[in-house]
Amino acid sequence: MIPPSFEYLRPNTIPEAIAMLHQHGDAAKILSGGQSLIPMMKLRLARPAILIDINRISGLSHIKEESGYLKIGGLTREAELETSALVRSKYPILADTTHVIADPQVRNLATVGGNLAHGDPANDHPATMLALGAQVVANGPKGERVVPIEDFFLSLFTTALKPDEILTEIRVPIPPARSGGAYLKLERKVGDFATAAVAVQLTVDEQGACRNIGIALTNVGATPVKAKKAEDFLRGKKLDDAAIAQAAQLAADEAEPSADLRGPVEYKQGLVKELAKRALLQARERAGK
Amino acid sequence: MAKKQNVRVTVNGVQREMEVEPRLLLVHFIREKLGLTGTHVGCDTSNCGACTVVVDGKSVKSCTMFAIQADGSQLLTVEGLLKDGKLHPLQEGFKQEHGLQCGFCTPGMLMSAYALLQKNSQPSEQDIRWGISGNLCRCTGYQNIVKAVQYAADKLAHGGTQ
Repeated sequence: MIPPSFEYLRPNTIPEAIAMLHQHGDAAKILSGGQSLIPMMKLRLARPAILIDINRISGLSHIKEESGYLKIGGLTREAELETSALVRSKYPILADTTHVIADPQVRNLATVGGNLAHGDPANDHPATMLALGAQVVANGPKGERVVPIEDFFLSLFTTALKPDEILTEIRVPIPPARSGGAYLKLERKVGDFATAAVAVQLTVDEQGACRNIGIALTNVGATPVKAKKAEDFLRGKKLDDAAIAQAAQLAADEAEPSADLRGPVEYKQGLVKELAKRALLQARERAGK
Repeated sequence: MAKKQNVRVTVNGVQREMEVEPRLLLVHFIREKLGLTGTHVGCDTSNCGACTVVVDGKSVKSCTMFAIQADGSQLLTVEGLLKDGKLHPLQEGFKQEHGLQCGFCTPGMLMSAYALLQKNSQPSEQDIRWGISGNLCRCTGYQNIVKAVQYAADKLAHGGTQ
């Protein structure tokens, strides 16, 4: 399959890239890892007249803790996240997530920023970042603005990014002591999108009561779903098995899956319930360490 | 047609340069422009991994990258594994352990395995299975492919070259 013809631009700096976006508006798309965009172009689901390749811009690829946040550059490859010692030791939910995204070759190119900016509810980072309470840094002609991840996903394939903005960084609040997280996904085979997946990030106090909680769901709605009722239910409660089972049911009730080749609605709701239970149990265990 | 742009790459140690349309995929550049047909087009949807090549040390699916993106890069394709007429230990492993039947997936398998061994010279069976999880084989059931990669890792550990 040959993608439609396009003009190729390769800026060396962020301001240069923003100027190009500003000039070309909707006709232009950013080429980051390209692992979603290029397949869509081959299928003619996307036909940008201009591609702005940001891969040569320096300063967009990093994983570092700074000023209370884990900062992930928009151009950071999934493979870099997967092999980061910092991520593996301190952010198990991110390690879980990146490990089940596509396959090794795709992860070598695919970027964390692209996974979010694509706005696909089947992608894996959106739920994880919702659970983590992350912030997205968008750079545009008027400078930088910070968008809470809860305000980022507007509708299917549509995010809060304006046509002349670039997602330059993701900021994850550094979790306090006694925090744990997990991302559990059921996929039919390596490389497939999730039939459903659940992200959980929580913090417990010294008595084992739930202080902070984030629960979010992948591929069971037009946008990534934040399971607010389940979160509200658990906040302040002791995280015993009964409370977890009840929260898992609430999360399943908040899912709005469609029947497709991955299964019927009831199956996916049941799946969310089970995955939510297991993710909560695993997060609780990790918080205890 | 969009304006052609210059691509300069080093492929298997040889510098190549030409004007290409931006939409030309890396796999078509390699096969049709450079004439290196060892790299295969399988599914053309970044599922099967038959088109896997190594770009600047990383395995990528060359059906899901534009040739223009590889400008300035070092490419390694299956043709580059042979050195001085001698098979790479991975190629030898696939031969010795019957790691292929029809052979269609083999170039991609070799390049994924090559990238894996560059990062992890003593992979466990699980590491190998994970390393080739982006490559599909419809003949072997993977058992002998895993053995072939283990063969190469052992050979490289005991003084094999490359």
